[in-house]
Amino acid sequence: MALNKDLSYSEAAVLAVQREMEADARVVVLGEDVGRGGIFGQYKGLQQAFGAERVIDTPISEAAIMGAGVGMALAGLRPVVEMRVVDFALCGMDELVNQAAKNRFMFGGQGRVPLVARLPGGIWDASAAQHSQSLEAWFAHLPGVVVVSPSTPQDNYSLLRAALQCGDPVVYIEHKTLWGLRGDVDEDMAVPLGKARRVREGNAITIVSWSKQVQACAAACDALAAEGIEADLIDLRTLWPWDRETVLASCARTQRLLVVHEAVQVAGFGAEIAASAAEATGCRVARLGAPRIPVGYAPVLEAQSRVGAEAVVAAAKKLMG
Amino acid sequence: MDSSNSGATPEIIGKALYRTMVRIRAFENAAEAASQGGVSAYGQQAAGSAKVRGPLHLSTGQEAVPAGVCAHLRVSDYLTSTHRGHGHTLAKGADLVRMMCELFGKATGFNGGKGGSMHIADFSVGMLGANGVVAAGLPIAVGAAHAQKVLKKNGDITVCFFGDGAINRGPFLEALNWARVYDLPVLFVCEDNRWSATTASGPMTAGEGASARAASMDIAATQVDGNDVFSVHETAGRLVREVRDGGGPRLLHALTYRVKGHVSVDLAAYRDPAELAAALETDPIARARGHLLSHGVSAATLDAIENAARDEVDTALAIADAAPWPDASAAFSDVQTIGAGQWH
Repeated sequence: MALNKDLSYSEAAVLAVQREMEADARVVVLGEDVGRGGIFGQYKGLQQAFGAERVIDTPISEAAIMGAGVGMALAGLRPVVEMRVVDFALCGMDELVNQAAKNRFMFGGQGRVPLVARLPGGIWDASAAQHSQSLEAWFAHLPGVVVVSPSTPQDNYSLLRAALQCGDPVVYIEHKTLWGLRGDVDEDMAVPLGKARRVREGNAITIVSWSKQVQACAAACDALAAEGIEADLIDLRTLWPWDRETVLASCARTQRLLVVHEAVQVAGFGAEIAASAAEATGCRVARLGAPRIPVGYAPVLEAQSRVGAEAVVAAAKKLMG
Repeated sequence: MDSSNSGATPEIIGKALYRTMVRIRAFENAAEAASQGGVSAYGQQAAGSAKVRGPLHLSTGQEAVPAGVCAHLRVSDYLTSTHRGHGHTLAKGADLVRMMCELFGKATGFNGGKGGSMHIADFSVGMLGANGVVAAGLPIAVGAAHAQKVLKKNGDITVCFFGDGAINRGPFLEALNWARVYDLPVLFVCEDNRWSATTASGPMTAGEGASARAASMDIAATQVDGNDVFSVHETAGRLVREVRDGGGPRLLHALTYRVKGHVSVDLAAYRDPAELAAALETDPIARARGHLLSHGVSAATLDAIENAARDEVDTALAIADAAPWPDASAAFSDVQTIGAGQWH
């Protein structure tokens, strides 16, 4: 039983990679600035511990980083592929979409691509349109990959380990502003991919969210509870495969579902969950996401893309009414 | 396949190279015939009756490059390929019958019918796949070579085939830089066939092309007559040895010619017939035959090699035709272990 008190989301990720690198010599890290610990400290100390041959500083070459990750995986390694932010991963999109995700299927199972692509997502304060995107729905739409989006230090530790043990490509989306979030991390706690976390229990309404938006939803649930509305809050944790069993059981009980995400609402992953829940349970559904605008720089502009607790409360009450 | 240390005589090596080339030619001729009417492109109608369906990219006229290069490779060496990958796959030692089964889309093909011509692959001989995206094989190759270095598979190398069109895509630049930065055991082989889909490559390429771009990144590049299998074999042998010995990446720039159109139904009407006629004068198989005859190999011997290749291909066609289709449930396997396609 190894309990690490008060680790940050970033430190929890370092610990997860460290444990996997200790356990399996095939695990390597590659990406820009990883030798200095990564731009968010999420690889801090790993190159010093494991050497530059296993924690590989690379040129600014996203296509080559992702493509080399595919080749490394096919040749027997288990690479952690760092993309800095999901926005930059678009420069390696063919390598992720057409190569990593398709390899196992199109070659008839001759090869496997056990890589974890870390693509930090979400609004990064005052970072404007090219450093603040939430693109998880793109990847959830893509057969061949697992999509993970942890919201706590414990989950970032446990899910990153699970991702590295998974054997298929994993799109691993940490939030750009959760790195400093602190919490206890039990090293022995396993979190399986595809299993949601019930954040709080209630029978009035089901609220489903993931990543940083879980915090806004938790605050909204407090406000709703003060008005006598007890919400069932579910942190999805893994977007593909998503935990249908937990979500649908809750929806069947509450008959009301609100899905909340930071990504633009239009064609977002919330639509998938809402439609699935309505089809399976006949419950009332609503979605809440950002307007379909790029994220602006000035605080007043950036705020237009934020989905705050007040908006969650309002949407929940509308659904109750 | 590795003829470099076998003590084989020039005659034996020459016949082996000749055999590789005529097997590729026979395989592709048969595949082309079996593809007629199977794809709708370039103004052609899809009849739907073809045995080989979809885009079929032929390497007719380019056989000397894979034959000359792959003669120096071991099973433990890796190979990445292009959308024009039949020759590379055969030359790396893949089973011809299972290749034809894959082109027919049958369950007995290398990919179980999931890939077809454009994704032909035999991982069991280190052939990591043909690729539908130009230049996509380059970063994958440097990754495989990087893994060979990390895993201390000293002496094993990765060979990366790509076309002259690929040098205008970013991954080419990124991969060459990467290979040199980490001094990886990779041999880049540019099959310069002068065409980028239906556009001539020359007017689309600034500067001197693959060799010059490699040299700018301190990667030694060697140009060779890619239609002379003996030149390719000799030069590739030297480069493979240098890479195997830890010399870092090398680039072989093989000047060849794409005899057919971009895909099998593309009749290449956009091309000056004189250009094709001139190219046919340098056909690598005819040249190799002439060379072998002049060095004492009998016509009967070479005829026998050609006949054997045609018989082998005929047998493959019959086997592929009779082979079973994949079960429909195979569409749902090999997607991913967790969260595969069972949910709509």
